[in-house]
Amino acid sequence: MYKEICKKYSPDKDNLIYILHDIQDTHPQHYISEEAVEVIAEYLGVPANHIYGVITFYSMYSTSPRGRNIIRLCESPPCYIKGSENILRKMKIMLGVETGGTSKDGLFTLELCACLGVCGNAPVMMVNNDVYGDLTEDKVEEIVEKIRRGN
Amino acid sequence: MSLKRIDLLICCGSGCVSAGALKIKERFHEVLNEKGISNEINIIETGCMGPCDYGPVMVIYPEGIFYKAVTPEDVSEIVENHFIKGRPVQRLMLHDEEKTFAAQKDVPFYQKQVKVALENCGYIDPESLDEYIATGGYEALGTVLTTMTPQQAIDVIKESGLRGRGGGGFPTHAKWQMVHDAKSDEKYIICNGDEGDPGAFMDRSILEGDPHRILEGMMIAAYAIGATSGFFYIRAEYPLAIKRIKHAIEQAKAMGLMGESVFDSKFSFDAEVRTGAGAFVCGEETALIHSIEGMRGNPSPKPPYPSTSGLWGKPTVVNNVETFANVPSIFVKGAKWFASMGTELSKGTKVFALTGDIRNTGLVEVPMGITLRELIFDVGGGIIGGRKFKAVQLGGPSGGCLTIEHLDVGVDYESLKARGAMMGSGGVIVMNDQNCMVNIAKYFMDFCVDESCGKCSPCRIGLKQMYDILERIVHGYGKIGDIEELQRLGEAVSRLSLCGLGQSAPNPVLSTIRYFRDEYEAHIRDHSCSTKVCLALMHFDIDKDNCIGCSLCARKCPVNCITGSREEKYTIHQLDCVKCGNCQDVCPVKAVNRVPGMHPEEKTKRDTLKKQHPHED
Repeated sequence: MYKEICKKYSPDKDNLIYILHDIQDTHPQHYISEEAVEVIAEYLGVPANHIYGVITFYSMYSTSPRGRNIIRLCESPPCYIKGSENILRKMKIMLGVETGGTSKDGLFTLELCACLGVCGNAPVMMVNNDVYGDLTEDKVEEIVEKIRRGN
Repeated sequence: MSLKRIDLLICCGSGCVSAGALKIKERFHEVLNEKGISNEINIIETGCMGPCDYGPVMVIYPEGIFYKAVTPEDVSEIVENHFIKGRPVQRLMLHDEEKTFAAQKDVPFYQKQVKVALENCGYIDPESLDEYIATGGYEALGTVLTTMTPQQAIDVIKESGLRGRGGGGFPTHAKWQMVHDAKSDEKYIICNGDEGDPGAFMDRSILEGDPHRILEGMMIAAYAIGATSGFFYIRAEYPLAIKRIKHAIEQAKAMGLMGESVFDSKFSFDAEVRTGAGAFVCGEETALIHSIEGMRGNPSPKPPYPSTSGLWGKPTVVNNVETFANVPSIFVKGAKWFASMGTELSKGTKVFALTGDIRNTGLVEVPMGITLRELIFDVGGGIIGGRKFKAVQLGGPSGGCLTIEHLDVGVDYESLKARGAMMGSGGVIVMNDQNCMVNIAKYFMDFCVDESCGKCSPCRIGLKQMYDILERIVHGYGKIGDIEELQRLGEAVSRLSLCGLGQSAPNPVLSTIRYFRDEYEAHIRDHSCSTKVCLALMHFDIDKDNCIGCSLCARKCPVNCITGSREEKYTIHQLDCVKCGNCQDVCPVKAVNRVPGMHPEEKTKRDTLKKQHPHED
């Protein structure tokens, strides 16, 4: 499977970031496994440690399994000023996880994000590719429940 | 395209989408179908209209009526009353105490704005090339390619006085000229869409709302410098922006506006999109270039500058999204027109993202030189909730905080820099009197420590040391001399760091020390946070006169540190309190107060501990 994803791109070192994105997005647990790194290293002809160097540099990549849905709560000052701390507290209780953790049912991973660029509607979070703004504690509960039911 | 009776423009910028704009659009389709009038009304998804706080917003033409905070439940009423009976829905219009603002052009938020980069944003369908062309799109590119030499195009930009909108304010023509003059078989142009400043979202909005404008600006630049290929570097956190630019590139190629011999000239151009993966430092141009090359986004020392050795070692121009967005208008309306706006050294307009404790949060474009007072109070509508203005953070982590005494400062590159702030990419975070400036400085330092790439030691180690000092101060362990130490470290990090991130990271700390030194001193000397934000430097107290003895607080306390009875009322045992605030949240009569300053009991305990262990903090 990893090999096929790699083949979508030409074997140039420049494509590493896109291959990593693709592999991570395709994996149901949204992460890049050791096996994947080996396949990429062989395909691009670069040492595995170079690939790990890149993976660990960028915050969006993960080398450990994550939940089916990734929640990225924005922690930028506009969100902070408008109460993102309470939202984070609520999320932690609701999902039973700490920041970076995955809920027991494997449905959600809670992460923080520097800025989502939707500051006019702070506090904001992104679940996978969907942005939710003007969050309140009730609203996040509703959103999480809805996704839970959808799964 | 058939002609329709009504144009319904729904703002589908990220802000309004996050507030539910797409649901409203769907609902309109449903209701119009039910009523059998879908052939009379044109529903158009636009980019950001600006006032995110009112979202979801929409404008209905031909009258230009502006509706705010629309919900799916309002849709039937709009269709029935406005579209069928011709009576606009007053309830959804913007009101103030005296007036109703029916038309978009009358809304106070737009009054002082002059739109250049945002000209089409919120007015056209960003996915329609036809609409872009109908507003004069690609006219500038055609004119440049068919009537000007590359040097003449650079001269026009020089005359306009356009400066880089990414924050540094470097003259755009000078950058173009250097690459134009460089001898190389290949040259590149890069659009920097890695907008990472917390509180800034103008690049996102322009990319999403008017992608062809960026493409056109980029192609003009490519022609001027002699590049045949270009790259859009956009953050992976902006999936819609990536999608829109890709779509625009496909459309332009299909129309022959990109590719071989554009406008039958000798100019050929191709562009592709590259995405980031979550690293703030990749907004720095050398780091960005490394990221496009598939490496860690570490910056490299300058010189050599990208203009001599950039992408794959070739001469490269890296310009910000907003810079490109200004270019087409300069060629259509003229360099003189552009230079007539703004101040002597900062020409044209600037897009700002207004956020924080301000009434009208959103995206605005104003002439350079507008005062902070006009920006915050006239355009932004002032502070929300009847609080007082305290400070404004300009330019994200690279910027600094300004205060009430700077409200009459004109917003341009030089004036801001002279006062320890920076234009940055244009994020304006407004804060009311409930914000603790030491805490805000700590937040920015935390951000920069996280985002430092770690390549150079002043940034990697210096910022961490500054953060540790701030962390100590907000926890009540500040020492005399900490302020001076922060200043010394800050100056060293600014001077010695390799790239813009480290060079500007101490700004929020240095500027808050400069303007809010008393707050730092109160934290250190008196162990008090007057805004009651820093938990270690405040305590909760129950006002016995107001307490009704209901016991709710005691029952909600997770550490059982509240005791009492209906008669004696309730008391918090300060030494056990974890300051979770539950008691304050549940109190029905608001008898629990936050009091500035560490509680005397807690202070005594700390002092005793300190005497016993003098070497530990």
